Amino acid sequence: MSDRFSAGARVRTVHHDPPHHTRLPRYARGKRGTVVEPEGRALLADRNAQGRGDAPLEQVYAVSFPARELWGEGDHDVVLDLFESYLEDDDPGDRAEAAAAPGTSRAQTGGKDGKP
Amino acid sequence: MTGGHTDADISRRVRRLETLLEDRGIVAGAALDETLDAFLSGASPANGARVVARAWTDADFRTRLLADGTSAVAELGLSAGGVQPQRLRVVENTPDTHNVVVCTLCSCYPVRLLGPSPSWYKSEAYRSRVVREPRAVLEEFGVRLPDATRITVWDSTSETRYMVLPMRPSGTSHLDEPALARLVPRNALIGTAVL
Repeated sequence: MSDRFSAGARVRTVHHDPPHHTRLPRYARGKRGTVVEPEGRALLADRNAQGRGDAPLEQVYAVSFPARELWGEGDHDVVLDLFESYLEDDDPGDRAEAAAAPGTSRAQTGGKDGKP
Repeated sequence: MTGGHTDADISRRVRRLETLLEDRGIVAGAALDETLDAFLSGASPANGARVVARAWTDADFRTRLLADGTSAVAELGLSAGGVQPQRLRVVENTPDTHNVVVCTLCSCYPVRLLGPSPSWYKSEAYRSRVVREPRAVLEEFGVRLPDATRITVWDSTSETRYMVLPMRPSGTSHLDEPALARLVPRNALIGTAVL
């Protein structure tokens, strides 16, 4: 897989809710952020944790999110390390739509999605 | 953190799991102890403090440390630690920015540089709250930041391990590197203390 994003790229996390291990915590699903930097490649944890031999090597990115995007309030930033397949290009066209329906964030963190 | 938390439940589960794995011959107790000993061997917050003191006294090292933490600490014979090699990213506190580290999914942490993690770092209270209300959590640790200071929380959800480079306290220009290192407690390397 090619390294799709560079520092400064606007991205949006996927809104998945898989029945298996993932490193995309619930509180950061379907959120808009900015790539801080690529970190290097790693075996996709979602597949690797299932004991499957076919986990792809994927680029991992540090992605920064404003607290307001994650929680609907706050003035800090949260940076997460996210696999490339968790990320989509943020379409500026969707942004106006999201701005019209704010305040849907919920206070949830990783919970049961714990790493081994 | 002042909130009560306990390791009792998880300790019980780990002991039970260990017993089952040994009873069924899946792992040998001695092998497990060896792995754990190797994992924690040489793991101490004195290592992280040494890295910080070097960065405070050697501007070129500081530049290399912030650009590529993994390689810079290797110059001192150090690493983030872990069973597999881990990338180290050092994040620098400035008068305008404060960094704090967490792992919301479990308790990832550069163990070789910070020593075994404290129980509060693994608590649900710290993990769930610091990403949501870092300023309030830091105040419970006795850290009061100016309102204008921007806080960045680093949630180590993958293979990178984070360490904070705290600001050098004023009035320390007469101190040498070992004396400076003694000023740096573990929590300053996580971002839950300032100097």
